[in-house]
Amino acid sequence: MSTMNDQKTPSSGDVYSLAEAEDARLIKEDAESLSQGQLIRRRFLHHKAAMVSVGVLVFITVMAFSSIGFAGLPGWWGKTYLDAGTVIDGGRPTLSLIPTWLGGDGIRWGEYPFGQENTGKDYFALVMRGTQKSILIAVIVGAVATCIGAIIGAVAGYFRGWVDSILMRVTDLFIVIPLLVLAAVLGQIAGNLGSSIVYLALVLGLVTWTGLARLVRGEILSLREREFVSAAQSMGSSSGRIIFKHLLPNTIGVIVVNATFAIAGAILLETSLSYLGFGVVAPESSLGLLISEYQNSFTNRPWLFWWPGVIIVAIALSVNFIGDGLRDAFDPRQTQKRSKKRKAKANA
Amino acid sequence: MTAQATESAATAEQTAPVIELRDLHVHHRARTGKLFKPTTIRAVNGVDFTVRRGETVGIVGESGCGKSTLASVLVGLQEPTSGTRLFHGRELANRGAPRKEFGKAVSIVFQDPATALNPRMTVHDILTDPLQVHGIGTKESRTRTVYELLELVGLPRSAAEVSPTQISGGQRQRVAIARALALDPEVIVADEPTSALDVSVRAQVLNLLSDLKSRLNLGMVFISHDIQTVRYVSDRICVMNFGEIVEEGEAARVFDNPTNGYTRTLLGAAPSLLAAPTTSSEEA
Repeated sequence: MSTMNDQKTPSSGDVYSLAEAEDARLIKEDAESLSQGQLIRRRFLHHKAAMVSVGVLVFITVMAFSSIGFAGLPGWWGKTYLDAGTVIDGGRPTLSLIPTWLGGDGIRWGEYPFGQENTGKDYFALVMRGTQKSILIAVIVGAVATCIGAIIGAVAGYFRGWVDSILMRVTDLFIVIPLLVLAAVLGQIAGNLGSSIVYLALVLGLVTWTGLARLVRGEILSLREREFVSAAQSMGSSSGRIIFKHLLPNTIGVIVVNATFAIAGAILLETSLSYLGFGVVAPESSLGLLISEYQNSFTNRPWLFWWPGVIIVAIALSVNFIGDGLRDAFDPRQTQKRSKKRKAKANA
Repeated sequence: MTAQATESAATAEQTAPVIELRDLHVHHRARTGKLFKPTTIRAVNGVDFTVRRGETVGIVGESGCGKSTLASVLVGLQEPTSGTRLFHGRELANRGAPRKEFGKAVSIVFQDPATALNPRMTVHDILTDPLQVHGIGTKESRTRTVYELLELVGLPRSAAEVSPTQISGGQRQRVAIARALALDPEVIVADEPTSALDVSVRAQVLNLLSDLKSRLNLGMVFISHDIQTVRYVSDRICVMNFGEIVEEGEAARVFDNPTNGYTRTLLGAAPSLLAAPTTSSEEA
């Protein structure tokens, strides 16, 4: 800028040179300007941990739902999680990943890849069934809790005053409810009614929105003082429009990250419930139930403990990494940092 | 066009005021006060103010004198403690259809372009938002309006696709001005629109504002603590101090021949690069 001014003789037009230079850059850059959605997608696709996690999660989900079938649809795996059979080779898993030239048994899937449990049921089918349940619960709880939390937080933060006071006291009330006890009671009722696990998931969602509501409220309290909100108010926008169009999209980072925590938390909550015997009951299968049932066989038949454990950890971890990647992708302030890096790379 | 503009400026005196404030008070309760003896801050204390189409009213005053509070009352962001706000001669209601009509006729340009635009929306969405709120036009016609607005403030069409984080402060402020113009308003309230901008960009935005004002026959309320800026754009000037308008009059008269002691002090306090100190400031 200074060099440009030095070269020119000072004239009245010179005053505009900075502004004009900026406009010229805007025109020049339009060829490669990207929409907001494209930028978010690009940033997310460049996040390695998140992409690996998406792969892992998709793999687990597809395996769980396609192998033994879901909701009446048949799967490609021949055995069901209900049929008992004769126990072969002490129920040892037939899955092998070490090739023969490394001294292993060769890469094979085998008759019972995850082994068999006491009565000869196929453990692979049982674990897949449990994974289905866990994913289902996690998604429902995550969705319900996120919707309720975001809306209550946004309304409280935007209107403030007595609306805020009432909503936040209600939130406090929900926080002090011991979650595990409530879920245990409800799980028991749901079990007695013979109803589906979906109701348990819905109720869990109805009590786990509190953390998100508080976070969103805090965000909105700071966002509502921004001038773009005042501009929308002055032109006569309705409160609902301001909340949903201007405020909530700006809290998407908090919401997404918290939703992933809620999902991971829900999986662990379901696991704990089933482990304690309140959630899913046999002959249904769930990851927590499998762990609790076979915790005693940890020493002699560890695979009965390891498979569901590994899958729980894999789902919870990958969901968290995806949330991390999404938060980075949604952050509008990341734009310049990343693009500078890219430019530096291009120049080098 | 120019003949029309000068004509309308000349007839501005006769036209009815768009907004009129009568004996307006805005008091805040300060946190430092006691429960039964609260300390009140009189941000705006008995102000009479009018703005008509085609005239620029400058409001000057030191920091904390109530300029911005007055601005937020003018655009309906804040309720006055007492006093009347007349919009086209009628008392302003703060909800429902009358409020929307007011929002359409009066718009605001803020001080800080960094927070004035929603970072989650593209410039196109920012400019169509007012149209959607008031249900004006179809999708296609709105996009056409966006291009017209961008042209009006001197931005290329490609600016519609970018997000506010990708453009400079001056460009953002021009987008904010375009948004203020989107509803074809009668009055624009500009609350220190240039104080966060670079000097060269500042000149551009000022020229744009005064150019638009005469082209579109807008009424403008220009609030600033920068006296030279106000002098440059205003037809009429109000000098504020402690929530009261201490002097009001035509720009040239107030600057060359201030009658109020505070106005003289204020003018004398402003360093000037463009003009030599006037005799009045030397006297003070």
